[in-house]
Amino acid sequence: MIGHHLRGVSLAAITCAVLGLSACATTGSTPDDTAAKPSKERTLAAGLDPATTLDPYPSTYQPMPRENFAVVGATVLTGTDRKIENGVVVVTDGKIAAVGDASTPVPSGYRVVEARGRYVTPGVIDVHSHLGVYPSPGVQGMSDGNEATNPNTAQVWAEHSLWPQDPGFNTARAGGVTTMHILPGSANLFGGRGVTIRNVPSITMQGMKFPAAPYTVKMACGENPSRVYGGRNQSPATGMGNMAGYRAAFIAAREYKAKWDKWHETGEGTAPTRNLQNETLAGVLDGSILIQNHCYRADEMALMMDMAKEFGYRIATFHHATEAYKLAPQLAANGICAAMWTGWWGFKMEALDAIEENAALVDAQQGSCAVIHSDDAELTQRLNQEAAAALSAGRRAGLNISEEHAIGWFTSNAAKAIGIADQTGSLTPGLRADVVIWSADPFSIYARADQVFIDGALTFDRSNPAYQPTSDFELGQPGYGLTAANVTEGAR
Amino acid sequence: MRLSHILAGAVAALSLAVPAMAQETVAIVGGRILTGNSVIENGTVVIRDGKIVSVGSGGAPSGARVIDAAGKTVAPGFVAVDSGLAGTEVGSVSGTNELRNSANTLSAAFDISYGLDPWSFTLPVARLGGITRAIVVPQHPGSSGGHVHEDETAGAGDRGYQTPGLFAGQAAIINLGQGSNILVKPRVAMVAPFGEAGAGIAGGARGAQFVLFKETLSEVRLYARNKSAYERAGLRDLSLSRADLEALIPVANGTMPLIVTVHRASDIQQVLRLAREEGIKLILDGAEEGWLVAGDIASAGVPVLLNPISNLPSDFEMRAARAENAAALNAAGVVIAIKGNEGSTHRAREARYNAGNAVSHGLPYGAAIAALTVNPAKIFGMAGQFGQIAPGAAGDVVVWSGDPLEPLSQPSAVFVNGVEQPLTSRPLMLRDRYRQQTPMPPAYRN
Repeated sequence: MIGHHLRGVSLAAITCAVLGLSACATTGSTPDDTAAKPSKERTLAAGLDPATTLDPYPSTYQPMPRENFAVVGATVLTGTDRKIENGVVVVTDGKIAAVGDASTPVPSGYRVVEARGRYVTPGVIDVHSHLGVYPSPGVQGMSDGNEATNPNTAQVWAEHSLWPQDPGFNTARAGGVTTMHILPGSANLFGGRGVTIRNVPSITMQGMKFPAAPYTVKMACGENPSRVYGGRNQSPATGMGNMAGYRAAFIAAREYKAKWDKWHETGEGTAPTRNLQNETLAGVLDGSILIQNHCYRADEMALMMDMAKEFGYRIATFHHATEAYKLAPQLAANGICAAMWTGWWGFKMEALDAIEENAALVDAQQGSCAVIHSDDAELTQRLNQEAAAALSAGRRAGLNISEEHAIGWFTSNAAKAIGIADQTGSLTPGLRADVVIWSADPFSIYARADQVFIDGALTFDRSNPAYQPTSDFELGQPGYGLTAANVTEGAR
Repeated sequence: MRLSHILAGAVAALSLAVPAMAQETVAIVGGRILTGNSVIENGTVVIRDGKIVSVGSGGAPSGARVIDAAGKTVAPGFVAVDSGLAGTEVGSVSGTNELRNSANTLSAAFDISYGLDPWSFTLPVARLGGITRAIVVPQHPGSSGGHVHEDETAGAGDRGYQTPGLFAGQAAIINLGQGSNILVKPRVAMVAPFGEAGAGIAGGARGAQFVLFKETLSEVRLYARNKSAYERAGLRDLSLSRADLEALIPVANGTMPLIVTVHRASDIQQVLRLAREEGIKLILDGAEEGWLVAGDIASAGVPVLLNPISNLPSDFEMRAARAENAAALNAAGVVIAIKGNEGSTHRAREARYNAGNAVSHGLPYGAAIAALTVNPAKIFGMAGQFGQIAPGAAGDVVVWSGDPLEPLSQPSAVFVNGVEQPLTSRPLMLRDRYRQQTPMPPAYRN
């Protein structure tokens, strides 16, 4: 998946930087011969040449202490449309090693987790989160999610705003969330780069950063940019102003990219000045940076799809997409995911036509990619319930949707939407062992995540306080260390 | 002329859509009945003349329209507390918002009941979530309208700027039946924010708000004792308008409850003390840190409207927010009611999920059902009149495909005041319009 999205020099540089592969670490060479190659010795400092500094804040994520184990006896929903009663999930060295029925052998020496009567699913993935950038407490000094100073802030990176101590990471994990995609806010046409994280407690952002996950850029359609900037008597003040702003930015990015490509080819003259804004958009044009497009209305999504053709890039995912059901066939035909709520509607005009059946109707198309997202620190804890409500609405509409299929709305399809499906999102041998053991059917309101594994490491255990992390912020606060209603499970 | 045309069309549509009349006798037979206080397996509910006439294990009376509820669950219609239903259509369209009023000269006297719209398209949506009654509550002017982080205002904080006026206005009770008679009772409670929001109104500090509040009540009492002097301008100047003074008399004498939005444990204690000192009747709203002082709330006999999924330290007055708050308060003996999300307007239907989450965090199932039904009725002085399946109560009954707290359950019949409601809504019409493709554009599909 990553290979599919990341092409050219950008991919090579990211992969080398993140994985530290010796084969490419020194040369920056690329499998794509059409991409730029320097024809002379580099003379620029790393920070001045975009081809060498694509991931200057690299992941330092290390899996937590882990052991090999097998979950036995549970109902397994694999995220790949499979449901296995009395199943076995074997985890070796942090990877899914085997998934099968009760006859699946468990290697000797493995810890056996008895899960009869419970359910096992892939880790929950939230593709639209502002945790860490709009943290709790939501006070002004911590409001770091929206660089609402210019319609185009493609140069800012959410990872530079992320506060790892946000208590919301812990509550999200208690809801089964193992991977989150953190986006900057939606005031701007181009809000900046998103970052994909492993949902582990960490002192630093780098310690959470998902190794080798592609960068993304947040774009926002509609009411937000025109309201924010129109309110300041500047462009964009309208939908047409929004479109003009996007188009001008891609034209500028194309020119910027051409200058660098030429300099890399010829090495003649002075190197262009690095421009972080254009660089992000050049990454969109070369396919290495995935567009995560906040866009509610069907007509606006259609404009965005035309604009993608106009400039030769592709859109990974429409977020919020409240009217996705109105053009579900086009989304499927263009290979674009739609990330949606179930219950949210009516809070503004572009959310007026939101319906609970949105995900189900999008999903009904061949080749579709329906995703349930949160955009919210509370909802992210319950993406399974939001999916349950969507499933329920779909069935009410007469659609025959199985639970083993709907589980993909917040696991495998979510991974696809942010370009990490080759790493996680399903219980498939070889993938990261991001696993949730639920107390009951995850589509039940009463289901709770009993245990949450990230890369095969136990990161949350509802019945064991030793695996219920609290953030530094929570220490010594009112209520700290006390239990409510004699309940000892889970920090919050 | 155009308006009457539209109204005529709406009335025609309504009369077509209503499948049952209040006068007929309806027997809902064979279901698992949650009365609000108890559970009856394989029971029968009989509704006549808009009211429940019997509930038990008997059969259907002869001549009754029988609804087979075998394998289903029958529950009282839920009551949305702290709701904006019928008071707003689209959150960001201020012209549709009848829930807030920022005039400096009118605060307590603001009467929300005049602005309610029985034709609001939010009502059928809430009904499909099992809601048949709502307490419509004014918002204080600085409060957030929902989906907060999309509110891109820099610097104002998520409550925006406050306007003067300690009170948001007076709440009303509505039913969610089709037709124009949704108002059940106006002016059932006064609403006031405390904590950070209240402090902001008073000038920035909690210590100012409490003093101002006491001074206000003192003026109300002075006015109430000396109305004739006031009328002939024989009374010293008072800070409130005459309308506000009048509206606050029942609050000052303890007959009208005051809904106090408050979050922090210490603020809750201060508010309880204030109520004791001033002899006012309280309903706490929010109370995220309530579990820390559950005993105090219980011994004061003060009920709480809460959202059990509020478990994050969203700001410095909610640092002790816990998902177990509902369970802890209930265990301490506090009467609780469970709210929907985002002001219980568009997301009022999520109240049942919130109750389910409270159950998975320690609240007994029966208490969760009560927190959606009998408790709200009790809190707002309507015990026995709605919110339960009992003889004499309003015929607000919902037949569910299964456990009403489960998302996978859906209502198969909804009665309000004994009248069966159509299971339709604008979102469902959109769904049906776009389910199938036809050669003609969607606009030709109804």
